Amino acid sequence: MDTLLLSRIQFGANISFHILFPTITIALGWMLLFFKLRFSATGDRKWMDAYMFWVKVFALSFAMGVVSGITMSFQFGTNWPGFMETVGNVAGPLLAYEIMTAFFLEAVFLGIMLFGASKVKSWVHTLATFLVAFGTTMSTFWIIVLNSWMHTPQGYELIDGVVHATNWFEIVFNPSMPYRFVHMMLASGLTVAFLIAGISALRMLWGDKGEDVKSALRVGIIAAAGLIPLQILAGDMHGLNTLEYQPAKVAAMEGNWETRSNVPLVLFAIPDQENRTNHFEISIPNGASYILKHKADGVVPGLNDFVEEDGTIMHPRVSAVFFSFRIMIGTGVAMLLLSWAGVVMLRKYGAGNMPKLPLIAFSAMSFSGWIATLAGWYTTEIGRQPWLVQGVLSTKDAVSDVPAGMVLSTLIGYLVIYASLIIAYMGVITYLARRATRGEPLTSRQYPRGGTTDVPVLQPGK
Amino acid sequence: MTFDLPSLWAAIIAFSVLSYVVLDGFDLGVGILFPAFRERADRDIMTNSIAPVWDGNETWLVLGGGGLMAVFPVAYATVLPALYLPIILMLIGLVFRGVAFEFRWRTLPGSKFWDNAFWIGSTLAAFMQGITLGALVQGIEIENRSYAGGWWDWLTPFTMITGLAVVIGYAALGATWLNMKTTGKLREKARGLAKPLVFSLLFSIALVSLWTPFIDDQYFDRWFRWPTAFFSALVPLLLASCTYLFWSALKQSNDVIPFFATLGMFVLTFVGLGLSFYPDIVPGALSIHEAAAPESSLKFLLWGAGVCMPMILAYTGYAYWVFRGKVDPEEGYH
Repeated sequence: MDTLLLSRIQFGANISFHILFPTITIALGWMLLFFKLRFSATGDRKWMDAYMFWVKVFALSFAMGVVSGITMSFQFGTNWPGFMETVGNVAGPLLAYEIMTAFFLEAVFLGIMLFGASKVKSWVHTLATFLVAFGTTMSTFWIIVLNSWMHTPQGYELIDGVVHATNWFEIVFNPSMPYRFVHMMLASGLTVAFLIAGISALRMLWGDKGEDVKSALRVGIIAAAGLIPLQILAGDMHGLNTLEYQPAKVAAMEGNWETRSNVPLVLFAIPDQENRTNHFEISIPNGASYILKHKADGVVPGLNDFVEEDGTIMHPRVSAVFFSFRIMIGTGVAMLLLSWAGVVMLRKYGAGNMPKLPLIAFSAMSFSGWIATLAGWYTTEIGRQPWLVQGVLSTKDAVSDVPAGMVLSTLIGYLVIYASLIIAYMGVITYLARRATRGEPLTSRQYPRGGTTDVPVLQPGK
Repeated sequence: MTFDLPSLWAAIIAFSVLSYVVLDGFDLGVGILFPAFRERADRDIMTNSIAPVWDGNETWLVLGGGGLMAVFPVAYATVLPALYLPIILMLIGLVFRGVAFEFRWRTLPGSKFWDNAFWIGSTLAAFMQGITLGALVQGIEIENRSYAGGWWDWLTPFTMITGLAVVIGYAALGATWLNMKTTGKLREKARGLAKPLVFSLLFSIALVSLWTPFIDDQYFDRWFRWPTAFFSALVPLLLASCTYLFWSALKQSNDVIPFFATLGMFVLTFVGLGLSFYPDIVPGALSIHEAAAPESSLKFLLWGAGVCMPMILAYTGYAYWVFRGKVDPEEGYH
């Protein structure tokens, strides 16, 4: 394997690992603020118990996000110097804004949020929780701005092959940014909703009868059921935006080879890039034309339009985009069915008497948000290939000439570390859930004033 | 207005890197000192003294790296490939010690593993930062705005010394930090460690300083020619006063001054390095103006920096104020 492919795998591995944790912290920050505000409003202890449990998951996720994020910020330079040379004048300032408006805010107030409960007034602690949630959202905004600009660049000029900014407003509010930002925020919300519902369901299966668990389950299911239709709508609008600006990506998502009208919606197929056809296709007639053009004879672009006369392929690897897209949609459909069934069950049985089957289903879906998020990102990122910045910089022109052997050895190192950290992370979450179920303290060692001091101090009115 | 934006930005980035070095310096130092403290309870207090602030401290590294990327993209795209392995090893070190804060409290069987991850990760990160510094000082080969040297150029006796010097320096910061933040036996032990560590640090600074002028004529000229020679005479003088301050305060068992005196030593060394580098960003190969991003980018950033940096400093100060004073040994983790 050459440096290019290895560097792509390495970057893919790094960013896939990284995105798992922000996907949780973005929405979990807001969820914690919700728990804290409910506690302040009602004085009901269960909300603080829920806060205390989930803040530990937040802290762990945040630490994983920070350390993998630092790795990301250096990867651009170690493996992709061509990226910085060509588009650094745009990418650099956007990342710097992310650091200045978001990273410090999150990192500094996280300290107060986690350790300051007994040292500051309750409202300051609530404010710190808000600022952390706000910081994660700002961070999402800036990184999505940069990523979207790489898909739909504008507001720049090329001088000697280097991108120079001409209009920062156009750069920030580039055409795909609003869609991608909303899509990602909702993805985070869904990931957290299913995580909270799933872990709460697991605790109930283990016999936890706590009020905090019932409330968390209810909040998780209702949030999931409310967010999923919004996500389907946002995803559809994002798809139409992509059709306008990156038709090759949409053609690969649909598995459509020829530009034509009355294009069927391919439910399943094995795309064959060599023979430029699909095998074992199962499809709904006119489906894709309806979805993308809202009429049966709507013309949908095909992949064959993106092959140059000398045979150079200017569209992404079809099977990767095609299957990622279907995994995302499939997970989304499962989320829709389960969360709506969950709401019906909540009404019928209440959170405390849920039958076993839905509880098992929810706990099995605890990390389903991760699958959908990763599959969605693979669809859009692989879908941009062979471009790194659409129409401006191709991926192969950006890679460093670090020897393949060195990239391979660091790649193996990263993969081993990431695999073990994910196992440790998921292990700790279930370990925390088990200890919470048994009513045991959530730290492995106890001190006289550890953890428990927070609740009396935070009582409303004090 | 003919305001020199690149130089202003170089100053802002230098400030970020310095902030990183002194802030993450003491919390990495606490990790480096872990092997000297075997008691579980001591280690809990040690990590608790830095747990609320380490995240913010490490963000200065991201600003240093991200700022370099934003303002001097050419420097970023040449220095990082040149230091491929040290940077990646530093990151791996930071990954392990960063997650260890949480993991060591959440897993009973694994907590020994995470304690080791904490100190090995801290030490590895510090050592690699020292190597990075040494490699920058000894020079990075650049042709046509990209890296032209070998992939092992960073591995020399000089960089090994600077690597070791940074480990010792961070450990000295860590020991004086613990002297300030803890009580009882733990504090006495840290106070005892501070003395040999600070003197080893001074010895390392002297050794590296004597070596540096002979690496490149640029440094020699800078250090021993007027008017910059004035500063190269001033820096050792100020270092000596920091040393005196440290020594007398430590003898009187003062909490705060030894830490800030050691901090002062870092600041002075950093200023000395800055004077040796200026106006280059990669010594001898790339000047600040050659590496700077175009004005359209620098101006856009300046707005943000003008508003955000004072706010960042203010709320970081507030967080340190909230967690001022000694760590309560009876307070566990969140």
